[in-house]
Parts: sequence; structure tokens; C-alpha cells
Amino acid sequence: MIFSGKVFKFGDNIDTDAIIPARYLNDSSEENLRKHCMEDADESFSSGVSDGDLIVGGKNFGCGSSREHAPRAIKACGVHIVIAKSFARIFYRNAFNIGLFILEADTGGIDNGDMLEINTDTGDIKNRTKNTEIKAKPIPKFMSELVNAGGLIAYAKTKIKEGRK
Amino acid sequence: MARPLTITEKIIQNHTDLDTVAPGDIISARVDIALGNDITAPISIKEFEAIGVDAVFDKKKIALVPDHFVPNKDILSAKQAKMMREFAKKFDIENYFECGEAGVEHALLPEKGIVLPGDLVIGADSHTCTYGALGAFATGVGSTDLAYAMAFGELWFKVPESIKVVFEGKPKKWVSGKDLVLYLIGRIGVEGANYAALEFTGSAFKHLGMSDRFTISNMAIEAGAKSGIFEPDEITEEYVKNRAKRDYIFYKSDEGAEYAKILNFNMEFINPQVAFPHLPENSVDINEASAKNIKIDQSVIGSCTNGRIEDLRIAASVLKGKRIAKYARLIVIPATPDIYRMAEKEGLIDIFMDAGAVVSAPTCGPCLGGYMGILADGERAVSSTNRNFKGRMGDVTSEVYLANPAVCAASAILGKIAGPDEVA
Ligand code: SF4
Repeated sequence: MIFSGKVFKFGDNIDTDAIIPARYLNDSSEENLRKHCMEDADESFSSGVSDGDLIVGGKNFGCGSSREHAPRAIKACGVHIVIAKSFARIFYRNAFNIGLFILEADTGGIDNGDMLEINTDTGDIKNRTKNTEIKAKPIPKFMSELVNAGGLIAYAKTKIKEGRK
Repeated sequence: MARPLTITEKIIQNHTDLDTVAPGDIISARVDIALGNDITAPISIKEFEAIGVDAVFDKKKIALVPDHFVPNKDILSAKQAKMMREFAKKFDIENYFECGEAGVEHALLPEKGIVLPGDLVIGADSHTCTYGALGAFATGVGSTDLAYAMAFGELWFKVPESIKVVFEGKPKKWVSGKDLVLYLIGRIGVEGANYAALEFTGSAFKHLGMSDRFTISNMAIEAGAKSGIFEPDEITEEYVKNRAKRDYIFYKSDEGAEYAKILNFNMEFINPQVAFPHLPENSVDINEASAKNIKIDQSVIGSCTNGRIEDLRIAASVLKGKRIAKYARLIVIPATPDIYRMAEKEGLIDIFMDAGAVVSAPTCGPCLGGYMGILADGERAVSSTNRNFKGRMGDVTSEVYLANPAVCAASAILGKIAGPDEVA
């Protein structure tokens, strides 16, 4: 799939407390998560982000708790892809499980506000603002199956339908 | 001959129908226990309903523990707890614990013998890796994973590579499991073990007990690890033999098993550690931390990392007959009702209260900035918990320093970060 959008850039070790602080975890509704997404990293994020925008991070994005609220909050903001140098493990699996694309790439040259065009099948990331291009690490086959099915639950449902469960 | 396996690979393989597994394989494995709490289970329940199965895979193999926001702090959190309770009722979940018998999940499950050596455990909570201390493969997952596991009794995993971590020698006085793991994270960084299984071994563990192992496995995730495991031995056997209500298996790594890395540490060089804000990897020696004269407003002793009876005993030994500093707060949270009761019987609660501490009912409380002990702007806490991310315990401008219970106790007395020898 091809995606394009504007970059919101963050640094290294953006933890799940920064993505969605625990004080808001008493409510898992999309609206609540959207409103407070990235609040402790960038207070203006949720009011500035719009559908199709991209989140770009440094290394170890999504470290910390297992709260699925984190990728759900990002998805609730209309962000379909997060690109970072590396991801924390649980965030990575959560993202695929809920159908959020995760790409690992050297994000050092990407700045806030850059316009990117991303091909999730080939891993090509074109920076339209800077006229540069980088390549993301390939996504394991099973993971892209998951995300293309719309996440783990949708995947499970097809399995049930096919009588494999 | 079959490829030699690490303990982690062996446990995973034995939960599949495969003849062998290797790091990097994406496989589906059977789950012995699937865990959720009052924050993560509500999403799982919604997803479970979306799958459209009419029963859980096994009502004995699911554990639901309300611990993060209970006794409920507000209406919204009460609704989440209610949702979990109703799900537990509907499917007759055996390991559901109501407030009063519930405690911090990762202290409660081993204590009740619900998780055992050789198990494959998943939990919608990142510190599920705690059970590696028992010789189980245990890892944190998300709510959707938990929903899937509750429905099908299995889940997808990428088989991790293993990193062996060896601690040799006799720990110095006041050095506990917390210090070993903070020291390790300080050396390898918060993503030093990303996606890997940490395997802990070495002569140091002859001198340390199960509670130290739980603390170490608990914080494997703070180095990005998928799990943190110990080979079970007689110390493990002693802990589980009267708790287990079903069979368990002691697995061992094969000779010749492959490790991505082997790290060796000597206890001679390890002192109590303090991890500075805002990452667990910012660990320094207590002497260095103390010399910086860091004033604190609050000290917290509790959590799944250090809220066990051994931790409370150590803290009480430092606090006995002393008062905490004026204008400082000390919050002590026994991690489970049994620990609370033991602390009461042993006179520890009196020692804490005489010192000026507030002793709370078993809960996660301030550990995740949930409630009961939230920091105001600019405030500083020293805490026996496991994370010191920005805003973790309250306002984004507040700070958390991680340390062992002895350091937390001593710091409360002096109102600044200090080692236990400074108050002796
Ligand atoms: S005590 Fe803290 S780290 Fe442990 S389960 Fe509770 S919130 Fe999580």
C-alpha cells in the first residue's frame, strides 16, 4: 500500500507513558485516547495532527508498558504508520495486532514537517520535502498478513470461517 | 543430533507440535496461563467479544487481577473493574481475585502457585516477565493478544535469541536483586536486550533468594527483553512445592546451546544502585548518588518489583526506631494481602507507622501514577518500583529515582537520596 503524509518527529525512547499517560487509562474509548495522545511528549500533538499524518521516532519507540492503549491512541489520531529506528517489542506486536503499520528505518534525516511517501510493500520511503529516499527493513511475512487482514482479531475471524480453528 | 536448546527454546518448543524451534521462527504456542488486569482486560474483553467464540478456552488457565486502580479511584476505573468482574462471572474464571484477596498481579500469581516452573505464561502487562524467576517462559503482550489467547489457548510468538547474564561472587551488604538488575540495565541500556530472552545464572544467586530473582526477572523488560529466566533449582523447589496444585517441570539449557551474547559481572564491583530520571539505564552507585545531595519529597516502597515480604523486612530493619524527615512522605505498599498480614504479624507495620509512613492496601498505586501518591510539579521521589519515565508518577516535571528498599528507607529518613549505612 502507498501512504503519504506529514511528519511529526519525536526523539529516542518515546515510552508508552509519553504516548498515553496512565492518568488517562481509566477510559479506553477512542475519543479519550485520541485527545491525550503524545500529551507528555508534545502537548500540542493531538490538536495539530490530522488524518494521514505520520509519526517518526528515534530508537526504542514505544518502550515501557504493554498498554495497547498506546498504538490505539496513535491510530485514533488518524496516523496509519509509525517509522522509527527501532521499536520496543510489545509496542511492535501490539501495533500489528491492531492493524497499525510499523516500519524500521534510519530516520535520522527526517525532520518535523517533512512530507513522506511510503510504499509498505517495498519499504521505500521517499522524502518529498528533501528529495531523498531511504529503505525500511522488510516486514516479516506473517506480520504483513496480520496487518493486511486488519489485525489479529480480523485474522482470527477468517481462520474461524475457514474452519481452521 | 538435535540442535541443543536454551531453556527458553525448550519451553517454547514443548508448547508446540514442532520438533524443534530456533530464534527468529514465528510459531504458535499453547499458553498455560493468560493474565489480564483492570487496565488491559477491558480492551481484551471487547476484542474477545468481537472474535465471536462462545466460551473461553479454559476457565482454569485465565487469571484476572484488578490491581492498578483498586479499590477504585473514580467512576471510570470502577466501570473498568466492573467489566472485568462481569466477564469473570460469566465465564466462571477461576483465578479472579476481588479487592481484599487481590494484590499486585506479579506478586500474587507466584504466591498462589498459579504460575509454575516450565509454564508458558502470557499477560497483558509488560512485567509478566517476572515469572521467569520460576523457570517459566513468561512474557508481556497486548490486550488483543490476551483476547486471542483467552479464545484459543494459544498465541503467535517469535522465538527469541538468548543472552546469558552471569553474576559471580558474593553480593556485598545491602546489595539485592534490584541492584543487580539496575547495574545490568546501566551497562546494556534500555534496549540492550530488545526482543531477546535474558537467562540469568552464576554463583551470586546462591546467596540471594526467590524474591531477588523475581525482582530481576521483573525488570528484564526495562532492558527491552522479551523474558528473563532462571534455571530452577532447590531454591525454586522450596518456593513452589507447597504452592503448586498441579505438576510442573524444571527445564535446563542444553550444553552447547547458542547464545547471542554472554555477559559476565563480578559482585565485587556492584554496590546498591540508583537510577536517575528518566530512564532505568541511568544507574549509578549509591555513593555517587548520595554525594549529589538530592532532596526528595516522597519515598515509595512497594510494587511488583519490591513489595514482597523480604523487601519490607529490609526496609523495616533500616527504619526501626527512626523517624522520616520532616515534610517527606513515605508510602509502603505490601504487594499482596498475605504479605500485608505477615508484615503485621512480624511487627513491620508498626515500625513503618512509628517512622511516619503511610501503609496502603495492596495495589499498584503510585507506581504508574495511577493514584495514591501522585507527585506534584517539580516533586521528586525515590522509589522501589521499576520505571522512572517522565511523568510516570505524576506531573511531567516530577522526577523518580529507582532504588532498592533499603535505599528508599534510608532516603526517607534523611529526606535526601542516601544509603542505609548513612543512617545506621
Ligand atoms: S506495580 Fe507497577 S509495574 Fe507492577 S504491575 Fe503494577 S503498575 Fe505495573
